[in-house]
Amino acid sequence: MMNTVLSIGLDAVSYGMVLFTISIGLSIMMGLMRVVNLAHGAFAMIGGYFASYAIKQLGLNYPFAIVVAVLGTIVISAPLEMLLYRRIYRGAGELTQLLLTIGVTFVIIGLANYVFGPTTKSIPVPAMLSGPFDLGFRMIPTHRLFVVACGLTTALALWLLIERTDFGVRLRAAVDNGDMAEALGIRTQVIYSMTFAIAVGLGAFGGVVGAELMPIEPSYALRYMVTFLVVVSVGGAGSIPGALAASLLLGLADTTGKYLAPEFGEFFFYLAVIVIVFLFPNGLLGRAQ
Amino acid sequence: MTGQHTSVEPRLGPPAAVRQLAVPVIVIGLLGAAGYLVFPEDLAFLTRLISITLLVLSLDLVVGYCGVATLGHAAIFGVAAYAVGNACIAGLADPLLLLAVGGLSGLVMGLVSGAIVTRFHGLPQLVLSIAIGQLVGALSNKLSSLTGGSDGLSGITPGRIFGVFGFDMFSRTGYLFSLAVLIVVFIVLTRLVASPFGLLCRGIRDNNLRARMIGAAVYPRLIAMYGVSGVVAGIGGALMAINTGVVGLDSVGFERSAEALVMLVLGGAGSLWGALFGAIVFQLFEHVVSAANPYHWLTLVGLLLVAIVLFAPQGLGPAVASRWRRLRRAGARP
Amino acid sequence: MTRPLLELRNVSRAFGGLRVNAEVSFTLGEGERVALIGPNGAGKTTLVNVITGDLAPSEGRVVFDGQDITDLSIPARVKAGLVRTFQITRLFTGLTVAENVALAVMQRRGMTWRFFARATFTPGVREEWRRILELLGIADLAARPVTELAYGQQRLLDLAIGLALNPKVLILDEPAAGVPHDEAPKILEAIDRLPREIAVLMIEHDMDLVFKFARRVLVLANGRLIFEGDAGAVTRDEEVRRAYLGSYADGRRRA
Repeated sequence: MMNTVLSIGLDAVSYGMVLFTISIGLSIMMGLMRVVNLAHGAFAMIGGYFASYAIKQLGLNYPFAIVVAVLGTIVISAPLEMLLYRRIYRGAGELTQLLLTIGVTFVIIGLANYVFGPTTKSIPVPAMLSGPFDLGFRMIPTHRLFVVACGLTTALALWLLIERTDFGVRLRAAVDNGDMAEALGIRTQVIYSMTFAIAVGLGAFGGVVGAELMPIEPSYALRYMVTFLVVVSVGGAGSIPGALAASLLLGLADTTGKYLAPEFGEFFFYLAVIVIVFLFPNGLLGRAQ
Repeated sequence: MTGQHTSVEPRLGPPAAVRQLAVPVIVIGLLGAAGYLVFPEDLAFLTRLISITLLVLSLDLVVGYCGVATLGHAAIFGVAAYAVGNACIAGLADPLLLLAVGGLSGLVMGLVSGAIVTRFHGLPQLVLSIAIGQLVGALSNKLSSLTGGSDGLSGITPGRIFGVFGFDMFSRTGYLFSLAVLIVVFIVLTRLVASPFGLLCRGIRDNNLRARMIGAAVYPRLIAMYGVSGVVAGIGGALMAINTGVVGLDSVGFERSAEALVMLVLGGAGSLWGALFGAIVFQLFEHVVSAANPYHWLTLVGLLLVAIVLFAPQGLGPAVASRWRRLRRAGARP
Repeated sequence: MTRPLLELRNVSRAFGGLRVNAEVSFTLGEGERVALIGPNGAGKTTLVNVITGDLAPSEGRVVFDGQDITDLSIPARVKAGLVRTFQITRLFTGLTVAENVALAVMQRRGMTWRFFARATFTPGVREEWRRILELLGIADLAARPVTELAYGQQRLLDLAIGLALNPKVLILDEPAAGVPHDEAPKILEAIDRLPREIAVLMIEHDMDLVFKFARRVLVLANGRLIFEGDAGAVTRDEEVRRAYLGSYADGRRRA
C-alpha cells in the first residue's frame, strides 16, 4: 500500500514536471500574446527530433544535443512567427487562432513523417542518467530525478528572468498594458518575438528531457495537441506558479487514475480539468480578464 | 445563403417559402445523383460522407450561428452512434426508430455538453469542450461491453425501411435513405436559422452584451441551440451506425471533432450551404489523396488551413459566392 | 412634475477605495427630457451602468415605475421598460438593419423561442420595425448589412433598437459621440421625433445639443450631483461654472 502511494507520488511528480517544462513556455506566450497555440506540442516534437538526430547521427553528447535542439527549434519557428503568428496575437478570435495553429501542426506532422519516417525516435540518455538511483529507502530511475531537476531549474530561471531583469520588467509592462508600454517606448513587437522564441525553446527543451515519458514520433504533435493547452488553462495563462500547480495536480490525477484504473485512460485527467475549469474559469492562479 | 436571404426585399413573400423547400431538394438531389454516377462502386463512401456532413451541419449551428468555439463535437455524434448500435443489437430493427434513438440521445448529449460549454467564453469554453470530448473518448474505451472497446461495436443489422426496402451490400438503399434524411434535415435547418430563435442566436454571436440588453436570456438560448445541434449530430451518428454496421472509437475521437471543424471553416461557418459545401469538398479530396499517403494529406490540409486564415477568413463558400454574384451582375448588364 | 418613473435614492458606487458616485438622488418623470452633464471622469457612465444593472450600487436604491429594481437583472429591467443605448455603438454586426430592429421587437414580444416562424416577415413584427425605421428616417437602409452603414447611421440604428423595446425610460449615452459635427443635428432631430410619452435621460458633452434637447439639466461633478434645474439657469450657477465650465471648452473641442 505504502509502496503504491510512493510509486504514484514519484511518477506523478516526474510526469507533472515534464508537463510543466513543456507547458510553461506556452503559458507565458498565452499570458502575453493571448494566443491559443495548438502547435506548441509540435515544437516540442521538433526539439525531440533535433536531439535524436544530434546524438545518433552527429554523435554529439547529451547536454550539447539539448542546446542544438533548443536553438534549432527556435531557428525553424522564427519564420512561422514572422509570417503567421504575428497576425493572430491578441486581437484575433479564438477560432482563427485555432485554425491557424492546427494548420501549422498538421504541416509539421506531415513534414516530420516525410523526413524522419513514422517510427519512434529514441533519444539515448547518458549512462549517468540511465541507471537507478538509491534514495536510501528506495531505488528510482535517475532520469526521473533529472526531469524533476529540469522542471525546478526552468521555474527558477524563468522567475529570475521575469522578476529580476530589464527584459522581465518590459515583459510585465507589456502584459499589463500593451498600449501604455508602447507609448512608453517599449517595442512590444520585439518583446513578443523574444517571448515566442523563449516559449518555443522551452517547449523543445521539455520535449527532449521528457522523451522517455512521451516518445518522439510524428503523431506526438497530435496526441498532445490539447494536453499542454489544457494545463495552461487550468493553471491560468501567464502564471508560473499556476502552471506548476496545474502540472502537478493534473500529473497526479492522471497517474493515480492509470495506476488504480488503467482501463479508464485519460478519464481522470479530463474529469479533473472539467471540475477545475468550472470552479476557476480563469485558472487556479490566473487573473480575471 | 441565410445572411442575405432573410433580408427584406418584398419579392421574398410566400414564394420564398417554396424556394426554401425547392432549392435544397433540387441541389442536394442533383449532387446525390452525380455522386451515384461518379462513384457507383463506392456508395459506402458516399453514405459515410453524408453522415459526416450532418455532423458538420450540426457543428455549424453552434460555431457558425452561436459563435461557440468547440473541439469536442464528435462526442455527441459518437455517443448517438453507440446508442443506436446498442438499440439495434437489443432488437430494435426499424431504421426510422433507430434514427429517432440517435436524435434523442444526441439531444440529451447536446443539452448536457451545451450546459457545460456555453457557461463560459473564450479559453475556458474551448478547454471544456475539449475535455468533454476526451472524457467521452476515454469512457467509450473503458465501457467495452457497450462499445466493443477498440474492436468497435459490430453486429448492427437494421431491418427494412417501411418494412419494404432492405439494406443491400452495395449500400444502394443506405445511400438513398441517407440522402433523403440529409435533404429533410437541411430544409428543417434552413427554416430554423431564419426563425426568430435563429435570429437571436446570430445576435448573441455578434454581440452577447447587446443581446442581454434587449432583454434576452442568453444562456438558455445557447443550450437550446446545442440541443438542436445534438439532434442533428445524433442523426448523423445513427446513419453511420445503420449503414456501416460498425461503430468504432474514431466516432467519438478528438480527430473527428477537429476534422469537422476544418470542413466547416473550409466551406464557411455561419452558412448551411457553406457547411454542406465544405464537408463534401473536403471528404472527396480526402478520399482521393489520403488513400495515396495519409501524411501528405495532413500536410495539404495544414497548408489549406493556413491559406484560408490568411486569404479567405470567411471560408471558401462565401469567397466563391461573392465571385459568382459579381460575375452574374456583370453578365446581367447589357 | 409628471408621474415619477425612475428614481435614484442616495446611490453610491465605489471601486475599491475610489468613490465614483456619491449619494446621487434624482427623479425622472413620465415623458420628461433631461440631460445629465459633467466634466470627464465625473462618473456619468458609472451612474448609467448602475441604473441599467451592469453594475450594482455600493449603497442606495434604484426605483423604477414604483418597483425597487436594485437587485433585478439586466434583462428584467429591459422587460420593465428601462432601456439604454451605448456610447460606443453595439449592434448585431452580422445582421441587416431590419433584422437588428426585428430582433428587438420579437424579443420584446416574447417570440424568440419560436423555431419555425420567418423572422422578419412575421405579421405585426414587419409593420413595427418598418414604422420605427421610418420614424428615424433610415427605412431605405432596411436590407443593408450593418457593416455597410456610416457611423451616424449606426447611431440611429442603435436608437432604433432601443425604441423597438418599447421603453418607458430611454437612456442615451452620448448619442452623438463620434459622429461628424455636421451630422449631429440629424441625430437630435431623430431624438426629437421620439414619442412624447417616453422619458429620455441623455448623457452628453456637446452643450449645443443639451440646450436644444433638455428643459431640465443634472450636473455631475466628482461623483456628486451639484446642480439640478432649468437648462437656462445651469450656466449661471456659480458651482457649476467652477466645477464644469473650465473643461467644457475641452469637451466641446472633442465633440
